[in-house]
Amino acid sequence: MSTLLTRTVNGLRDAGRTAVVPFLTAGYPDLQTSRRLLAAAAAAGCRLVEIGVPFSDPVADGPAIQLASRRALDAGMTLAGAVDLAGHAARELGLVPVLMGYLNPVLAYGPERFGAACAGAGVAGVIVPDLPLEEAAGLRALLLEHGVSLVDLVAPTTGPGRLAAYGRAATGFLYLVSTTGVTGAGVGQDIAGYAARVRTHCALPLYVGFGIGDAASAVRVAADADGVIIGSALQRLVAGAATPDAAVAAVGGFLQEVTAAVAGVHRDSG
Amino acid sequence: MNPSILRTDGPGRFGGYGGQFVPETLVPCLQELDEARLAAAADPSFAAELALLSADYAGRPTPLYRARRLEQAWAPRARLYLKREDLNHTGSHKINNCLGQILLAVRMGKTRIVAETGAGQHGVATATVCALAGLECVVYMGQVDVARQAPNVARMRLLGAQVVTVTAGSATLKDATSEAIRDWVTNVKGTHYIIGSTVGPHPYPTLVRDFQAVIGREARAQILAKEGRLPDRVIACVGGGSNALGIFSGFLDDPVGLFGVEAAGSGLGHSQALGRGRPGVLHGSYSYLMQDDEGQVIPAHSVAAGLDYPGVGPEHSHLKDSARADYRGVDDAAALAACAEVSRLEGIIPALESSHALAFCKEQLAKEDPHAAPLVIVNLSGRGDKDLAGLTEATP
Ligand SMILES: Cc1ncc(COP(=O)(O)O)c(C=O)c1O
Repeated sequence: MSTLLTRTVNGLRDAGRTAVVPFLTAGYPDLQTSRRLLAAAAAAGCRLVEIGVPFSDPVADGPAIQLASRRALDAGMTLAGAVDLAGHAARELGLVPVLMGYLNPVLAYGPERFGAACAGAGVAGVIVPDLPLEEAAGLRALLLEHGVSLVDLVAPTTGPGRLAAYGRAATGFLYLVSTTGVTGAGVGQDIAGYAARVRTHCALPLYVGFGIGDAASAVRVAADADGVIIGSALQRLVAGAATPDAAVAAVGGFLQEVTAAVAGVHRDSG
Repeated sequence: MNPSILRTDGPGRFGGYGGQFVPETLVPCLQELDEARLAAAADPSFAAELALLSADYAGRPTPLYRARRLEQAWAPRARLYLKREDLNHTGSHKINNCLGQILLAVRMGKTRIVAETGAGQHGVATATVCALAGLECVVYMGQVDVARQAPNVARMRLLGAQVVTVTAGSATLKDATSEAIRDWVTNVKGTHYIIGSTVGPHPYPTLVRDFQAVIGREARAQILAKEGRLPDRVIACVGGGSNALGIFSGFLDDPVGLFGVEAAGSGLGHSQALGRGRPGVLHGSYSYLMQDDEGQVIPAHSVAAGLDYPGVGPEHSHLKDSARADYRGVDDAAALAACAEVSRLEGIIPALESSHALAFCKEQLAKEDPHAAPLVIVNLSGRGDKDLAGLTEATP
């Protein structure tokens, strides 16, 4: 099925561009700075952006995103607020936003209402890290009715049978978790072999995330992926910045460095 | 009720509750665990090995003890029995589950064990079985619990386990569980996660219940032998719900009242997922959950570290909705008072967790028609030695 996300990622792939996708926790360090960080991402040439919906108990996340989630919740961020922020990114900045958040806030908000809100805001995809294949069918169908892709994650532990099933169910891109671990822990070994194994089961563009901490590892991953997703490294830059201005400058500079480095990568797979 | 996007069928579902809401990384090893569990269930040598350890190592069967001094004090016409899980090796029912899971871990070829703990009873039981099997053991425990259950921290270390203090969030059982899951996601290949209650993703709620079901099997046979009839009611405290499901499972098909007692806490908060929560997803399963309107989890509070958890096992959610079991709350003060009273009247120091069940038993007997002569079993899930520091503060 053709969704906004499918069209966007296929367009990038056809243009020979490896996507650099920043992950930014909504409302971290505060809503105003969140907007400026998204603008910095757009200015750095990013097209897709992941907006993290904070949750009280993020079991798939390491310390950097845990901290960002906690702070964002303390500052009053909600699922509705994250959808609004995504709408701002789409409308005002021309970005294609993908939301990433745990299941419970979606259940509390109401899945049907959530699907409609996503469509209204221009959200292209939704990533739910605690919703594996067997549990995902209901939300996947509901979101697709609204033209929104549910983006699936696969892991190094995912065997051939499950990869094939994901390949049949997924739309947009497939999210390859680079390593067995939480976010921010470092990129796994042999991304080339891993990506090749997944490609035998799935024709979708492959985006690799979890643990891409600098331009060098982004370049390494970009050789075998259609997109690289950078999360913890950005939240660490925000955490380490003394002021919102410094955070925006640090994130913008980092993304410019990564997009430039990745643009120079020649890729012959995919 | 069940949002339309969630499945209501499939393995590990209890009337729509349960499921497997975990990162993809873990799904293959949950499937491996499920296969190992089913293979073990079909293998008589597994049951024989577990029965031998339960008897010679853990000390089963535990007695069913008639508490006559409590009867006199609380309701002279009642007959009140205590299922003495406190007499197990390591001091609580937690060892039943740990013995079963360590045998499974060895069969799966795992070399490292992780666990979460609140009261430290599950941590001690896990450290114990790891010593027994010669496996590496890492236990995650919230900073608040490390402080209030210090004797158990010392026991775990003496047993050779590494105790990792968790400072995130409320620094109690919820956060220790999240951290254990993160360790497991990271080290999934050689590591088995021994979850301590009937919570988490499938197959854990079923697996843990099945290993705890020995409590109910024994209690049923014992009460029939002693009284020649089934009890009128069975009472157990509910944290994640494993001791309660262990004893309830012996009486589910009988006309026996089942009462689960959650911690009503104090002005600082409560731990009543069933009594005051709404269904949601935490730590891998869909079940009643303490959460705000935004779906963020509300930290629990209880004087009993082992009950201080905002979620509850999915089977309890089903037993609640189907009205097969009744769930009530007992506050900190009533639990502390029951602990002191049972200690003095029976010479048994119950764990603060179990004291919630005892306090409810007393409360219910006090409200009853004085001519009734109910036959009651309370599951005394553990002993209170671990709580001494807090108890001596609370009781003059
Ligand atoms: C003695 C005792 N009883 C009860 C519990 C609560 O757990 P569950 O509800 O799984 O029995 C604990 C947990 O630590 C415990 O130590």
